[in-house]
Amino acid sequence: MSILVDRNTRVLCQGITGNAGAFHTRGCRDYGTQMVGGVTPGKGGQSFDGLPVFDTVEEAVAQTGADATMIFVPAPFTADAILEAIDAGIRVICAITEGVPVLDMVRVYRAVKASDSILIGPNCPGIITPGQCKIGIMPGYIHQPGKIAIMSRSGTLTYEAVWQTSNLGLGQSTCVGLGGDPIVGTSFIDLLARFQEDDQTEAILMIGEIGGSAEEEAAAFVQEHVTKPVAAFIAGRTAPPGKRMGHAGAIISGGKGTAGEKVAALEAAGIVVAPTPAKMAEAVVQAMQKKS
Amino acid sequence: MKIHEYQGKELFRAAGVPVLQGFVARSPQEASEAFDKLGSPLAVVKAQIHAGGRGKGSVIDNPAQKGVVLVRSSKEAAGVAEGLLGKKLVTIQTGSEGQTVNQVFVEQGCAIARELYLGIVLDRAAAMPVLMVSSEGGVEIEKVAEESPELILKEHFDPAVGLESFQVRKLCKKLGIEGAAAKAADSFMKAACRFFVDHDCSLAEINPLVITEDGKMIALDAKVTFDDNALFRHPTIKPLRDLNEEDPNELRAADSGLSYVQLEGNIGCLVNGAGLAMATMDIIKYHGGQPSNFLDVGGGANTAQVTEAFRILLSDPNCKGVLVNIFGGIARCTTIATAIIEASKEVGFQVPLVVRLEGTEVKEGRKMLEESDVNVITAADLTEAAEKIVAAAAGKA
Repeated sequence: MSILVDRNTRVLCQGITGNAGAFHTRGCRDYGTQMVGGVTPGKGGQSFDGLPVFDTVEEAVAQTGADATMIFVPAPFTADAILEAIDAGIRVICAITEGVPVLDMVRVYRAVKASDSILIGPNCPGIITPGQCKIGIMPGYIHQPGKIAIMSRSGTLTYEAVWQTSNLGLGQSTCVGLGGDPIVGTSFIDLLARFQEDDQTEAILMIGEIGGSAEEEAAAFVQEHVTKPVAAFIAGRTAPPGKRMGHAGAIISGGKGTAGEKVAALEAAGIVVAPTPAKMAEAVVQAMQKKS
Repeated sequence: MKIHEYQGKELFRAAGVPVLQGFVARSPQEASEAFDKLGSPLAVVKAQIHAGGRGKGSVIDNPAQKGVVLVRSSKEAAGVAEGLLGKKLVTIQTGSEGQTVNQVFVEQGCAIARELYLGIVLDRAAAMPVLMVSSEGGVEIEKVAEESPELILKEHFDPAVGLESFQVRKLCKKLGIEGAAAKAADSFMKAACRFFVDHDCSLAEINPLVITEDGKMIALDAKVTFDDNALFRHPTIKPLRDLNEEDPNELRAADSGLSYVQLEGNIGCLVNGAGLAMATMDIIKYHGGQPSNFLDVGGGANTAQVTEAFRILLSDPNCKGVLVNIFGGIARCTTIATAIIEASKEVGFQVPLVVRLEGTEVKEGRKMLEESDVNVITAADLTEAAEKIVAAAAGKA
């Protein structure tokens, strides 16, 4: 088993005729993902590498039975593309696009929470169940089917963690890039619940970063609901305050959001926190030893 | 993107958020004329820089010259403008180097009965904008948030609907605002929230927001930051950007599609991906070094971009060594290797260079570096890379 996607997942690409959409549709298909078609408004009826292109997601779903989509449309149109996918009843929506206006995401967030769809991203590498289904831009070959679930707010840092767990022979059950934007569709907590239920997942690695309070909330959730070993890493311990987060952002969370507070909250919940990004896989091993 | 107070107030006025009359001045002469045009017995001359804390801040080498000064004549206005224009103002937010004042804002005075704080930001956890109001106006709001967070009142609102009247009534009740001022609050706070949404702000802060003796509500300050990702739909806001207020290296990097932040250490970093870039800074510090920058070359960096990144890094006189950490996903290791070789030909490496490559086309990339005549210290993993660059920058390589 795995979570959210497997070898039976049928995947569309919204923005399939653009540069990035085209490149990564090929990349995913080469990995073994069942790519079943694409959507580009105005280009319906054409084909891309033998895949049918549709004008609307609704049509694409009716014709191909797609239940997942990856979105590469330009940022000004991404919110609309996500809303269209929700409307068409797509189960797993992966928005790869970077630079979506944050107020657009306020609107999208409410729509997705009121639906049965799951949104991953935006501004994320996507989701992969190694050996079965890759939806997104991650380099497939560094992954290995296995037992570690990885979820992360950062793209390349996820690759680093994947590489480390592959090198130790642990492999991955499912890896999800949540996205680096202030508002994303899926949180650590949403996934923790699924990974706890997933037979293939034996341990969970969570990669967070400074800002917001998602890691603190995840720590509280782990304490209450997760019996599997959990390890974590927080990026940005040395980032200068106020440079990326406007300082009023820190007011709202009541002073939450620093790396120190996040690490303290995670450790208090029994999570093993890696001291450096080079030790993420080792932290997972320690967490597994601690539980056994 | 940030803008100046005077620009923020022009936008406020157009959006129905009450502000006082004022004029921007770029010379003592203009400041004097501005005072006369206002025709009031009292005015305030305010330095226009993007950083906050101007009232308590003072000019380098002239601590008596504050950034915000009350004046009673056109001559006094000109004198204050003379003392500020072209000078560097140091505030709690500028760092010790200060920020050059290129313009001042000459604004009417008013009879203040009460000072409040008002701020609108995005609450990430709630995925909604939130209006924050506090009785503790005119002071450092960060201190209030830390020491007495209960004094900051919050009301979330749906951007499509805006703030509702009952929410303003709740706030007024808690703040003890009554009568004419409560009526003014309804219109003021709703307009401010609408402003935040209509202009795709990431921050709109008014500190202080004042209630005048005759019960009016006025924005005495305007600190507005826009969501860079939404600027494409605001063609009139984009030209308000003041490039003088930004770090020249950060600007140069942005022109090449790179994300760069200047720091105070001595180890330059060149990394792909924001999370990995932050983590690379962390590991340098963990092993006893200090990063001189944050530099994310992005997912699909090309040779020209990476070469420019090297130029920027090496132009920093504090930089005593460079760590390249690339996990090739979309970005290929061969692209990075080509750029390293190009940059060494063009700018030359006077400082040690540690390179850690992994991922797409890593074998080819490593081979290119080995076969070149560039003096590179290679590292197999992150720990080794950090240890080597920290030692090299300290002259122990």
